[in-house]
Amino acid sequence: MSNPTTAAGPLAAKVRAAFPRVELRDVDYGIPSLLVPVENLVDVCQHVKSTPELDFDYLASVTAIDYLDRIDVVYQLRSLKLRHDLALRIEVDRDEAVAPSVTGVWRAADFQEREIYDLMGVTFTGHPNLKRILLYDEFDGHPLRKDWHLPAEPRA
Amino acid sequence: MSIDPRAVVDPPTEPLNEETEQIVVNMGPQHPSTHGVFRMILTLSGETIVKAEIVMGYLHRGVEKQCEEGTFVHNITATDRLDYLSAMSNNLAFSMAAEALAGIEVPERAWYIRTIVCELQRLASHCVAIGTFGADVGTFFTPLSYAFRDRERILDMFNMICGARMTVSYVRPGGVALDLPEEFIPACRYFLDLYPQKVDEYETLLTKNEIFKARSVGIGILPPEKALSYAVSGPSLRASGIGYDLRKDQPYGIYDRFDFEVQTATGCDCFSRYIVRIREMRESAKIIKQALDHLPPGPHTAKLSRNFRAPEGEAFSRIEAPKGELGFYMVGDGSIAPYRCKIRAPSFINLGPLHEMLLGWKVADAVAILGSLDIVLGEVDR
Repeated sequence: MSNPTTAAGPLAAKVRAAFPRVELRDVDYGIPSLLVPVENLVDVCQHVKSTPELDFDYLASVTAIDYLDRIDVVYQLRSLKLRHDLALRIEVDRDEAVAPSVTGVWRAADFQEREIYDLMGVTFTGHPNLKRILLYDEFDGHPLRKDWHLPAEPRA
Repeated sequence: MSIDPRAVVDPPTEPLNEETEQIVVNMGPQHPSTHGVFRMILTLSGETIVKAEIVMGYLHRGVEKQCEEGTFVHNITATDRLDYLSAMSNNLAFSMAAEALAGIEVPERAWYIRTIVCELQRLASHCVAIGTFGADVGTFFTPLSYAFRDRERILDMFNMICGARMTVSYVRPGGVALDLPEEFIPACRYFLDLYPQKVDEYETLLTKNEIFKARSVGIGILPPEKALSYAVSGPSLRASGIGYDLRKDQPYGIYDRFDFEVQTATGCDCFSRYIVRIREMRESAKIIKQALDHLPPGPHTAKLSRNFRAPEGEAFSRIEAPKGELGFYMVGDGSIAPYRCKIRAPSFINLGPLHEMLLGWKVADAVAILGSLDIVLGEVDR
């Protein structure tokens, strides 16, 4: 597998130069990973998309992880032209899980944010059509949360 | 009054013809052309689509939640059932994420075998894609049966190497489940020698077919900038003129050792998405031949405990699956199961621009446009 760790330094530094509050995470999985304050998310996304030397035009994946004390939302970005990757990460409160939507930056966020809303219960403010996507509307709870368990079936 | 679909951005607010009342048609979830249980709510003015809403989830099984319960090896069987037309590729993407997380080295022979089976899987998946797409647009069952005839040979080979045709569970963390049997290599070479002729046959039946062209050329335009914004991947992206292929641009495994071309088309329409698949079939056959020529001896898998543990950490694997970019984002917590296993399913994300692509086309074209995107609902709904 290719190892773009060498590019991690300059790429992260470029983002941090514009947004000093963005932190570099020390978890290394081949993609530089940045922790972004929730309120700066949309600005950072707009910045990395429109800056020519970053040029992140492709939102490969959005996911959320339940850590029991918080929920992390992870954005995997890529530049198809410059061939580099970046991961942005925000931490949201578990009981009041609200995050800004990035559908205005990349349309690909539309379905993926709906999926996270559906399965993990994070509300994305500014999303044009935020409703359940895989489960039915009457479904109770958000199954990918760690405290959600399949209701036990009565034994015969 | 006719409208140019390329000019349509928002659905027209008024009916195109004063006398025609808009009607809402539920296409699916039980409809043969939706390739499974997929539903489009189409608002029609006459026969023209003025609004489309996409509804999915009828096949949702909670695979991501299930993956948190099973061990890494258990979960391989769950991945077979995602895109059930390309189980080998799903196995590979999952295994790569588990290997990256647990720091497992894969022997070279295993990588060659993986490449061979995954490219065979691409041929099989594209056979279904072009065959059913032909059936969708009115060539009916002739091309379909030719494509399925050859897919059958590939599934026979899978049966030969692992005893299963579709739910193979063959690629595992650390390598592959079993070494290739002796009879596989001559069978595969025989198949590859004949294969270019088979692709020529599909082309005779489809590429030069007037009816097929009338139903696919210029239909369902996906402009490159829209494809990029919606993160469309795979043949659908390359048919919009963007030559991005993970096998070339972020080579994983041993793809940097093979000589092949990334196929693109610039039509952005249904026909381009079809022709890119046809060309990719020829390229995949080349890759398999090269891999067979250089297949090294050695172990087919790393020595590994069945219930190996992965340390705390994260991994994001991505491969060029037949349908597009398949990714697994995996978080480990030191146990024998992943803490979180997110599946970046290409079929799901490729559906993003569909509601815009349908605007301005007739109902019959909706079938063609959906068919050209080549989705599998097992992967869309997970």
